[in-house]
Amino acid sequence: MSAHKKILVVDDDPDITDQLTVMLKKEGYEVVVAGGQTEAEEALISGKPDLAVVDLMMETQDAGLILCHEIRRLYPELPVIILTSVKAATGLSFTPSSPDEQSWVQANCVLDKPVRPERLKAEIARLLTQVAAKPQA
Amino acid sequence: MLESLKILVVDDEPGMRLGAERALSAFRVSLPEFNGDVTFVVDLAGTGEEALAKIGSAPPDIMLLDHKLPGISGLDILNRLMQDKVDVLTIMMTAYASLDTAITATKRGAYDFLAKPFTPTELKASVRKAVRHLLLQRQARKLAQEKRQVRFQFISVLAHELKAPLAAIEGYLQIIEGRTLGADLAPYNPMVERSLVRLQGMRKLILDLLDLTRIESGNKNRERVAVNVCQVARTAMETALPDAKPRNISLALQAPQSVQLTGDPGEIEIILNNLVSNAVKYNRDGGRVDIGIAAHDGEVKITVADTGIGMTPEEARKLFQDFVRIKNEKTRNILGSGLGLSIVKKLAQLYGGDVSVDSEPGHGSTFTVVLKCDAATQAPASNK
Repeated sequence: MSAHKKILVVDDDPDITDQLTVMLKKEGYEVVVAGGQTEAEEALISGKPDLAVVDLMMETQDAGLILCHEIRRLYPELPVIILTSVKAATGLSFTPSSPDEQSWVQANCVLDKPVRPERLKAEIARLLTQVAAKPQA
Repeated sequence: MLESLKILVVDDEPGMRLGAERALSAFRVSLPEFNGDVTFVVDLAGTGEEALAKIGSAPPDIMLLDHKLPGISGLDILNRLMQDKVDVLTIMMTAYASLDTAITATKRGAYDFLAKPFTPTELKASVRKAVRHLLLQRQARKLAQEKRQVRFQFISVLAHELKAPLAAIEGYLQIIEGRTLGADLAPYNPMVERSLVRLQGMRKLILDLLDLTRIESGNKNRERVAVNVCQVARTAMETALPDAKPRNISLALQAPQSVQLTGDPGEIEIILNNLVSNAVKYNRDGGRVDIGIAAHDGEVKITVADTGIGMTPEEARKLFQDFVRIKNEKTRNILGSGLGLSIVKKLAQLYGGDVSVDSEPGHGSTFTVVLKCDAATQAPASNK
């Protein structure tokens, strides 16, 4: 296991990617930033990250969801966190609660924006440990 | 377009049912205003009980209902439909068309009456009238539904657009609060600056929203005075200067001393401010903004040309809708409410004109607004 886990951060809001970069680097992670679905796909092909944090509404309303599917296709084991402000308060409800909806959303965890830094750090640590615990195929 | 409607004929006399079936099954109503023809699938019921069972399993579009039935009466059926909130356009068939029956039946939701005995022609005329009413009613409902949908989408996106700057600012404050970058204040300066920029963006969104609300709320507060469009353009250029200067963008106006138009000075200001500030925002450093104003044939033509990033025809097509912001690499760091151009379009339409864009990716865009000098006060577009 390398000392620096690589995290891919995808968001079209440069302020959000800057903040996540500051926060995650402080935790000792290596951060790769992508400003949208296309950029993220390029980043994914050039190197596998250890985890991805993905925004939902980017170039298009469902860019994040499509990207999640793309990630699953490329790296089935890669943990994905969706970080979004598309929630009940916006009228566009987004809470994958039923198993059916969960199977449709290809992410390990969905967090509401703005997220408390501690919460995000905890989720990232949890998912990275889970992957490390799994026997490698 | 060919539509098929289901008609249920309820009568205890077999001859009546047969006659109605014969008249209607080959009947075709053509309605040029809906540009389509309507044909009918006829179903029959001999008793009120049978009719209710049929309505329960699959409600017809139109019902021809006999008033006097052996068991449950025609009026009883109307009552049940009202109770169960089942919407069936009903034509009552009565042998004794007493005023009393007519009033009672109408109160219970009957649409029309047909006095027995009637000829097939009378029956067809009555059905034709009912079909027209039914289609109009459906069309109105569909429009109302679409209007609600548009409104809902607008509010959803608005909420998202208002939450985004809040999330960004909150994120920065959390980093500062947690002294994530140490006790020294200097590393936090860019974050404070970005927070202020996002707050400005949010204020702009709220102001744009107020403009939009004012435009759509009707013309109660609209002024109608002589406005010199050239003067408004010069003011808009001055307003844009603080953003243009640091990036070395030059602004030029080609216009006569004065071009007059009758309208609301505030509205003309919004049009020019939005176009000129966009031309600066989406320009390249060292670029140009050329504003042209010309009047002829009772119209004022405003052009605002930039040497900026431009856009594809596909992007240009979506540009004038609410909350459409062209999102790509080049626009990522440019703030905007996504309402500016949709406001320009709505305002231009108030002046009997319109806005268009001519653009080439990488080279720039030219926006053209045409306004009628003396546009009759028009009702604002009520598509919201």
